[in-house]
Amino acid sequence: MKITEEFTIGNELGFHARPAALFVKTANSFQSEILVKKGKEEVDGKSIINLLTLAAAKGEKITVTAEGKDSAKAIKNLKKILVDTFKK
Amino acid sequence: MNKLEGIGVSPGIVTGEIFLLRNVISSIPSYLIEKSQLPGEIERFKRALIKTGNEIKEIQGKVKGEFRKEARIFDVHLLILKDKRMIREVIQRLREKRENVESAFAFVAQRFITAFSQIDADYLRERRFDIEDVSKRVLRNLLGVQCENLSQLKEKAVVIAHNLSPSETAGMSRDKVVAFATDIGGRTSHTAIMARALEIPAVVGLKDITSRVQNGDFIIIDGSMGSVIISPDEETLERYKKQQEDLLVVRRELSTLKDLPCQTKDGRRIKLRSNIELPEEIMHTPSYGAEGIGLYRTEFFYLNRQDLPGEEEQYISYKTAAEKTKPYPVIIRTLDIGGDKFASSFQVPTELNPFLGWRAIRFCLARTDIFKTQLRAILRASPFGNLKIMYPMISGVEELRKANLILEEAKAELETEKKDFDSNLEVGVMIETPSAAMTADILAREADFFSIGTNDLIQYSIAVDRINEKIAYLYEPAHPAILRLIEKIVEAAHKEKIWVEMCGEMAAEPSFALLLLGLEIDALSMSPFAIPEIKKIIRQVTFREAKEFAKKTFSFETTKEVTDYSRTFYREKGLLNE
Repeated sequence: MKITEEFTIGNELGFHARPAALFVKTANSFQSEILVKKGKEEVDGKSIINLLTLAAAKGEKITVTAEGKDSAKAIKNLKKILVDTFKK
Repeated sequence: MNKLEGIGVSPGIVTGEIFLLRNVISSIPSYLIEKSQLPGEIERFKRALIKTGNEIKEIQGKVKGEFRKEARIFDVHLLILKDKRMIREVIQRLREKRENVESAFAFVAQRFITAFSQIDADYLRERRFDIEDVSKRVLRNLLGVQCENLSQLKEKAVVIAHNLSPSETAGMSRDKVVAFATDIGGRTSHTAIMARALEIPAVVGLKDITSRVQNGDFIIIDGSMGSVIISPDEETLERYKKQQEDLLVVRRELSTLKDLPCQTKDGRRIKLRSNIELPEEIMHTPSYGAEGIGLYRTEFFYLNRQDLPGEEEQYISYKTAAEKTKPYPVIIRTLDIGGDKFASSFQVPTELNPFLGWRAIRFCLARTDIFKTQLRAILRASPFGNLKIMYPMISGVEELRKANLILEEAKAELETEKKDFDSNLEVGVMIETPSAAMTADILAREADFFSIGTNDLIQYSIAVDRINEKIAYLYEPAHPAILRLIEKIVEAAHKEKIWVEMCGEMAAEPSFALLLLGLEIDALSMSPFAIPEIKKIIRQVTFREAKEFAKKTFSFETTKEVTDYSRTFYREKGLLNE
């Protein structure tokens, strides 16, 4: 199953090292393929290097796609990270 | 013998043997491999990654106390090691180019570093240092080069390195390292901060010291002057050793003054307080006899990190400072970022004139979210001791009013949330711009105290950038214009019955102690190490003498006359420590 959801980066510092680390750790705990897209660029959400070089800044939109057996749960958990860490 | 000049970032003189931390890999072997060797190379790569991962986990486990915050970056390091894209690209290159794994890995790592260097955001661009740090470890493990580590030091040594990263200092045996010297770095680099926290001398920015020394070479590190002398001759060594001993003797002698009051022979008191750059420094201020903290800088919260410090984190630091220092005051200067200070967390645009630009209170009034978080943290910590707030770079009373408005908002929020704070908390203004000095009478009506920041006041008044070598000679605290400004500021404050402290470098200069006493300044704040000497001078004179001295000083027309007169007077009175 393929699920896609869009998020707006709310943090001052954008998608910086700590939330990115948490995101990658979580993404890797699922079997589903995780893709993160900003503009035209789409990268593997299980790679910290990819995610950091995407350099998503405050106010920018990113799209997270999970595809696989556990995609629903993956999206739910990743959403939590994106919403929680960026609230602060 | 060879003398090198760098930037002294932590004071003191130390002599000792060198431990050269070779953390730069000079050459990476490059050769072609046979197809049959491929599985072997891949296996070597895997083993190196596992070994590196174990090393990082070990370091992470060793990090304690105040350095734990920096250790969180090791999580990112571990993820880089496991990064699928990195591994895939290395293996792909091995297959396609038939290169040995060291050169394939170095190529891929370098490409990532370059990619990071091109990111606009400072805090993400800096992650390239993490990739560098990790890839260096992997390469060392691939090459089978023993990973040099500061935790292995057996004897006391002066550590020399290209640069020191958190992963290199994390497991360091603290009692063995007596000084640092590095090729690169500045006042806010990791090495500098570490050295000051450990109270050991350090010189950074020595350019190529690592290529000029060998393990076991003898070296003198002068962290006060920012110089190092490699393999000194007997005479030089003797001279420095004597200087080092003298310093210790003077320190010991001066420490006997610690519990004596800072007052003149005829009973005039002047408070001596300390300037603090890092929270750890609070521990050693009482041993120099400081009556509180006259300048608690808060920039350290924002340096060397990728995110913004939260309210809770700041609250805990301010609370600790308040508790440790009470009944004496802790004067917290709100965020003074910009100008010469570098903050990785903010995307501050490059300015043509940073010292006249978006900094300090100007920055805070534009970024009220950051400012209010800090004010709330200070307010919440205020019931635990004697805290005061001061705003930096105020240029006129409107800015003071605006800042106070945000302070009031913060208070109102805390009241609604039923959180405790000291409603009588004093709020002061730093006088460091000529416009604030000229309107001191107006500011004094709405401030609880003044703190004269002489470093900036001199720079702005004489219009001199002291970093520019060609004109640095113009930077003169004894310029008649500066003396007149100080007199005016003190008069304006006392007329409104508020007190004045001085927290710039001028306050720590023994040759100005008498003058400042004569000008009726109420408190001087300085590096804790400078306190005993100033106290010694104050205790040897009378207030009447100081007032006459100040009056005479004001009759001169040039800086030179002022300093000549001062020198003669000090010599006649035997006030100099020579």
